[in-house]
Amino acid sequence: MEKIRYERPVIKKLNTGVMNKYGTRTEYTPVTNIDGARVKDLISEFGSPLFVMSEQTIRKTYKDAVRAFTTRYPKVQFAWSYKTHYNNAICSVFHQEGSWSEVVSGFEYNKALLNGVPGNKIIFNGPDKTDDDLILAINNESMIHIDHLDELYRIIELTDELKKRPKVAIRVNMDTGVYPMWDRFGFNYESGQAWDAINKIILTNKMDLIGLHTHIGTFMLTPSAYAVAATKLLDLAFHIKSKFGKNITYIDMGGGFASRNTLKGSYLMGADSVPTFDDYAEAICSALLNSEYSKEDLPLLILESGRSLVDEAGFLLGTVLANKRLSDGRKATIMDFGVNILFTSFWYEHKISPAQEFSHYTEDSVIYGPLCMNIDVIRENITLPPMKKGDNVVVHTVGAYNMTQWMQFIAMRPNIVMIDMDGKPHLIRKKETLEYMNSLEITPEYLKDFKL
Amino acid sequence: MKIKKNVAISESGFIFNPTTGDSFSTNPIGLEIIRMLKDDKSKDEIRKSILSKYNTDESTFEKDYYDFVMMLQTNQVADDSE
Repeated sequence: MEKIRYERPVIKKLNTGVMNKYGTRTEYTPVTNIDGARVKDLISEFGSPLFVMSEQTIRKTYKDAVRAFTTRYPKVQFAWSYKTHYNNAICSVFHQEGSWSEVVSGFEYNKALLNGVPGNKIIFNGPDKTDDDLILAINNESMIHIDHLDELYRIIELTDELKKRPKVAIRVNMDTGVYPMWDRFGFNYESGQAWDAINKIILTNKMDLIGLHTHIGTFMLTPSAYAVAATKLLDLAFHIKSKFGKNITYIDMGGGFASRNTLKGSYLMGADSVPTFDDYAEAICSALLNSEYSKEDLPLLILESGRSLVDEAGFLLGTVLANKRLSDGRKATIMDFGVNILFTSFWYEHKISPAQEFSHYTEDSVIYGPLCMNIDVIRENITLPPMKKGDNVVVHTVGAYNMTQWMQFIAMRPNIVMIDMDGKPHLIRKKETLEYMNSLEITPEYLKDFKL
Repeated sequence: MKIKKNVAISESGFIFNPTTGDSFSTNPIGLEIIRMLKDDKSKDEIRKSILSKYNTDESTFEKDYYDFVMMLQTNQVADDSE
């Protein structure tokens, strides 16, 4: 007689009380494949934990975003935010779709060049640009977004040395009615700093001010803040036109659109509550179109979205290492991935699905990572079917920032694969090895000899 | 280990403890174990019954059984008196 599939015995206390009026949603429907590739096969071929990127989702999300803006505004250009995910394969998918690149360091700038992005399609943001970075960007006619006066004066000096006219924009920070106000980057609008910097750039006549840039925050849940920002940038653009007779070529609204993740402390799940691309596009494009610009003079709208374009395309596959019971009776499950590679679990309630069939019985658990560190908590409270050692899970919406902000801490970083449009997995970043890690270190000769 | 006499257990795995007023749900295998405990089956008898019926091994059952029994005690569905 064939034996019945075993499931750990569970007993769950039933709590009655006031329900969320929207009811609760079960999150534990098994996810056994991603874009046609079986989770079990991926783990057996590439190991666990494993990051999986869906090319199909990237392209679809990108097209959705482009459609939302281009159906509302005639000149739109996306620039892929390298810091969100600068794996070369991922960047190349965005470049194939027509995205320029937006970088914030010399490292990212050179990555974009090596990926084949022409210098004049690279937007160089950020407060840290070395002389070498600036010289390279000036020679490549990249769009340099000036962050502070020290950088502005240094570029003026470099123009004398290089005998070139750099193409620049200034980053403008402003009050858009949301808290916190991001005022550490760029020049402030309300205090007049931005206007002073614009005057300085135009009156010194050493560079071409071609754009105005802002980036009002991250995971912005209020699309109307973008309308305020666009209106303020256009106000600056009009002042430039009326005082100097110059047309600004582009308005760069930065990024900050929310992904469908659920922020910790949120009442509703992210998928139900975050604005859509259409919501953001409506706010921004309406502000631009309602301005006094004639149709011919409308500036190019640049968007540097990162998180909202790639978060949903990322999955983390993992394996249960152990189950244990905490002193207060809660169930704890230890996974083979921790906050070292899933940095975003500090601020998101990541959706986690089992990767194999289960019955409909569930239990409340804490999900811990494998690190010998108390902070290594993936989910403080989640309802999942009873899982046993060796079972697999899929963590959703992990494509943004995790594969750039991950830490080589206690364990080494795992493989990344991308599932192509035909469902075929490609290894796009190899896992780290002890040999690789040790190859970066140098132990002085006199320390090599010891007796224990 | 004994299931408390006044604890009510339904066919579907709904459990009610009138002493505390708490109610619980359990999965089919949990219900089976509770029923066997209620019928005064020994741990060894329960082990044999589960291993013959379900696709699992001895050490997995052992770990899970102790955890389950501990939860029954924590929730005052069972007591450890013989």
